[in-house]
Amino acid sequence: MEFSEHIKTANVEDVVLRQPLHPPGRGTLCITGHHLLFSDREEGSWRQVLLLLRNIDAIEKSVENLLTCSGLFSNAGLSQRLDIIGVSRLPGSSGTITIKCKDLRVLQLDIPGMEECLNIARSIETLSCLDSMSELYPFFYRPSNASLRDQWGLSSLERHYSQMKELHDRWRLSTVNRDFSVCPSYPQAVIVPKSTDDDMLEKVAKFRQGGRFPVLCYYHKKNGMVIMRSSQPLTGANRKRCREDEQLLQAVIDGSDKGYIIDTRSSQQALQARMTGGGLESKSCYSSWKRLQRQMERGKALQESLIKLVEACGDESNNMDRWLSKLENSKWLSHVQTALSTAGLLAECVERDGHSVLVHGSEGTDSTLLISTLAQLIMDPSCRTLEGFLTLLEREWVQAGHPFQQRCAHSAHSHARLQQESPVFLLLLDCVWQLWRQFPLALGFSEALLLRLATEAYASDYGTFLGNNQQERCALGVKENTYCLFQALLRPRERDCYSNPLYEHTELAIWPSVHPQSLQLWRGFFLRWTPQTHHLEEAQEEIRNMVIEWGKLALSSCPAST
Amino acid sequence: MEHIRLPKVDNVRLLDRISPRRSRVGTLYLTATHTIFVENESGVRNETWVLHSLVCSLEKQAATASGSSLLIHCKNFQVLNFVIPRERECHDVHLSLQRLSQPERPDELYCISYKPNIDAEERRQEWDFLDLRADYRRMGLPNSLWKLSSVNQHYKVSDTYPADLFVPESATPPVIVGSSKFRSRGRFPTLSYYSKENHAAICRSSQPLSGFSARCLEDEQMLEAILRSNPRSDFMYVVDTRPKLNAIANRAAGKGYENEDNYSNIKFQFIGIENIHVMRNSQQKMMEVCELRSPSMSDFLEGLESSGWLKHIKAVLDAGIFIAKAVAEEGVSVLVHCSDGWDRTAQVCSVACVLLDPHYRTLRGLMVLIERDWISFGHKFSHRCNHLQGDPKEVSPVIDQFLECVWQLMEQFPCAFEFNARFLITIHSHIYSCQYGNFIGNNQRERTELGLREKTHSLWSYLWMNRADYINPLYRPDHSQTQGLLRPSTAPYCFKFWRALYNRFDRGMHPRQSVEDYLSAIQEETQQLEEQLASHKQKIAQLEQEQEWSVPQKAVPFDKSPTGWTFCNNLANTPQDYTGGFFTSSPCQPRAPITLQTEESNKTSESILSNGSDQESGIADVSCRSPLSEDSTRDPDSDEAAYSAS
Repeated sequence: MEFSEHIKTANVEDVVLRQPLHPPGRGTLCITGHHLLFSDREEGSWRQVLLLLRNIDAIEKSVENLLTCSGLFSNAGLSQRLDIIGVSRLPGSSGTITIKCKDLRVLQLDIPGMEECLNIARSIETLSCLDSMSELYPFFYRPSNASLRDQWGLSSLERHYSQMKELHDRWRLSTVNRDFSVCPSYPQAVIVPKSTDDDMLEKVAKFRQGGRFPVLCYYHKKNGMVIMRSSQPLTGANRKRCREDEQLLQAVIDGSDKGYIIDTRSSQQALQARMTGGGLESKSCYSSWKRLQRQMERGKALQESLIKLVEACGDESNNMDRWLSKLENSKWLSHVQTALSTAGLLAECVERDGHSVLVHGSEGTDSTLLISTLAQLIMDPSCRTLEGFLTLLEREWVQAGHPFQQRCAHSAHSHARLQQESPVFLLLLDCVWQLWRQFPLALGFSEALLLRLATEAYASDYGTFLGNNQQERCALGVKENTYCLFQALLRPRERDCYSNPLYEHTELAIWPSVHPQSLQLWRGFFLRWTPQTHHLEEAQEEIRNMVIEWGKLALSSCPAST
Repeated sequence: MEHIRLPKVDNVRLLDRISPRRSRVGTLYLTATHTIFVENESGVRNETWVLHSLVCSLEKQAATASGSSLLIHCKNFQVLNFVIPRERECHDVHLSLQRLSQPERPDELYCISYKPNIDAEERRQEWDFLDLRADYRRMGLPNSLWKLSSVNQHYKVSDTYPADLFVPESATPPVIVGSSKFRSRGRFPTLSYYSKENHAAICRSSQPLSGFSARCLEDEQMLEAILRSNPRSDFMYVVDTRPKLNAIANRAAGKGYENEDNYSNIKFQFIGIENIHVMRNSQQKMMEVCELRSPSMSDFLEGLESSGWLKHIKAVLDAGIFIAKAVAEEGVSVLVHCSDGWDRTAQVCSVACVLLDPHYRTLRGLMVLIERDWISFGHKFSHRCNHLQGDPKEVSPVIDQFLECVWQLMEQFPCAFEFNARFLITIHSHIYSCQYGNFIGNNQRERTELGLREKTHSLWSYLWMNRADYINPLYRPDHSQTQGLLRPSTAPYCFKFWRALYNRFDRGMHPRQSVEDYLSAIQEETQQLEEQLASHKQKIAQLEQEQEWSVPQKAVPFDKSPTGWTFCNNLANTPQDYTGGFFTSSPCQPRAPITLQTEESNKTSESILSNGSDQESGIADVSCRSPLSEDSTRDPDSDEAAYSAS
């Protein structure tokens, strides 16, 4: 397909751009297959704004036609929806496009010429949600400072396994899914108990939704306990059982008295799932496992929560009661609280209680990943460095098959009908931010990293979050044809900005407080484009400078003794 | 002492409010000034001291099998729940505390018996530490527009005003006295703040006794004189900080507000801040929410909303911004009043000053500001803070709201304030603790009559001596954030719940590591290194001069972890109650980790005097240190000493 057929007007002069935190600028607007480019050449200062069209969640357009419409619409106001009036090239006509981005920025373009405005708007609407993945920008992005032959990704399950010597006694690497036929959303290699062979795994896969049989996701070195994850068992209404599934789980606890299953649904939801072929592990068949039901919000409800919160943040009524009730009504912070406390429970089971845990909800691709990731951050210091955290995300979200393409297709501003969108990954980043607030010295990365990830998951130059699972990424040749975000974030310049200057390694677990008083709205993200957030960024800059200054002096005073 | 019915009770349990499982057993002592709970676990000497004067309410609950429960709410938001084995003992403790926490006469106040080791001369210096006249001089006063008036020298014109007052140059004593007769409690319009740059001033007064139609020529002349003292401006604002309805209701009582027609060139403006009763109830409601045992997010947010507290904070800040902008941007003088001019007026004038003048965002500046706009202008501390047994309807957290406004501003401008939140919290504690004489009495006249300067000590010099604890390491006087008028946003989402104050003693809720402490440590070390470097350079230069190239001075290598101590201390962190009661009887029950126990046993009395002991929160607890440890030099074994030696 040619992008040019969607671009009727590629250039418009004399456009005014209004964006948060900047004075309005006048310049040239240019639209390409993937970008909106605005350059402002006023008063010798040269400024460019390059916006990835994929980042645009929704647009609103209106036209003002001062010459012909002023009489007609004098009472109704000069603004009219463009689709109502017939479009023709009128001198003195102009249009306004309001662009609402997935990173929650809102821009406004005042475009001279009604037709130009309409063309631009139409191009944006089409090009911002291209269906075909292979047309997306990551396949066209060619930075000058990197090569497609550079290493893609930070690690792989194979490497992870070979590094974890402790695992080798009781766990093995299985490639039963090498052609993605057993579980389309799993990577090619997974870690399973040594005593289960591939035949068994194939049978277990048939008993779990989407073939997501229980696999190892975390090994706690201190006591050898593990976190497993899977999808729900397909017991159905007639309470089917699967010996292999029971054996696999028995092999996990091997010797210790019991394990826990944390089901991220309420008991009722889990029971209801039987009617549609799903279900839960019954006490009688899994006698050494104790089930804990912890209801977590998912899917549409979570997306609606995000939409409500973003709407509340944009409310300009200046009314305190209204703000607090909207904040409460969005339930976003409740979801943060639930996620952190369920993760805390999971970590408590493993670290304190000394038991292995299986986590699942229904599909095992959303809330399951959310709490297993948070629990690892709580318990495992190696996940808390910049590399460690990115590796964790790569393993637990990208490789483990969180359907990024579906979940992040639209964000909070979109008017499109909701399909599979759900801000689970954003919720994870918010929870991580809460951890970072409570333990400002324990995490090796900065808030800037979380913000960058929140943006990249929705619209990116890089191929990392493309597709819904490894199978799709293989089919598209993502590895061969795009660049890896995680590698880019670890380059020296980026590393400076994304690492936490205050970081100090600690072996201890970092138990978050989940009291409502301890949890806060993530202003850095939700109110990112307000001047207040800018002051806080300045303070972060000061912190970084202080640490650098101190580091320099400490360094310069030490070698003097030689 | 005669009021103590029972000096000591054994086997008392102190319940942890957040996780009741973690209760502690010990002995309860009642002394003349403190309630002391000493935990008697072997090897751990853990003490909790509570000043009687901080006790706000006592609640004895019905006896159960395990004993009778006594719930103590403190004015610094500490809540203690003791379970006393025998009902009789509980009864005695209750009665004793009831009497001890409600002094009837000023000489029973704690500040009278508080005797740090300071001689009379030092005490005099303490009280001279802050000089209001010096602050007026800093503003450029007196000058050709404003003069110091001696009209209230013996508190004859207004017994609630200070003796020193600045009035317009053209205001003659008859005008002042005439105006004062037309104002509630004689509180005539007088200067609070003067801006040297553009001559605009903030003046304050009480409401006029205008009723439905009364006028007063002298009062009109007084306002005219204020207007003339700002030569560049042709009008002034009169701001009534009450809701319009309240002001109208006052007219029926012969009070009210200025009629624009009677005064030349005033613009009259209502800014609706609610009265002391609404504020008292609002804070009470908010505290009920803070004390819920395990509220859901929705419970908390709904409760916070229905308390209305943040709405009131926003109203005060909005009013302050209005005035600050009038002065700084329009160059227009403002007269502020409410009813009596000692609550809302004090709040609004002082908030405006913090916004206007960077000086009031420094340690010394904030102290001066409180001394002037609150203490000298007669905010009724004794009544509002209930220092002496009195009318509960007079109690109101008006000063809390001012401190919170400053805190909200600090959250928006992290580099603009020289002091940290600990400073505000310490001031808050001591406003209520009665340990220092500053906040005793309702006005200057009362304080003079009580002879507080001779009998008590001043908080300000104590704070100044310990200023290292209160410095914000991110303060940048030259930062763009810090210059001139602060322009905060008052969008509702900018207002946060002040956990560090209202849930101050619930240590589990606070961040486990403090960026501020870390930065302070770095800052101190950077300074040392710079000095060292400078001295090295000097030495090298010296050596060069002597043409001797011998071994250079050895540098002391620094440990790359200035906050090692904070770390182990703060990370002694235990899981929260994630289980919602599920695990109560399972082996999962949280056990204190080993690190925690060693930490505890290392602690000295200095760090454990407050409620919890399991972890230091970001905010060090200063107010509850025993007076002994406050005066003596720091224990060399304590964490802080170890840290400063690093």
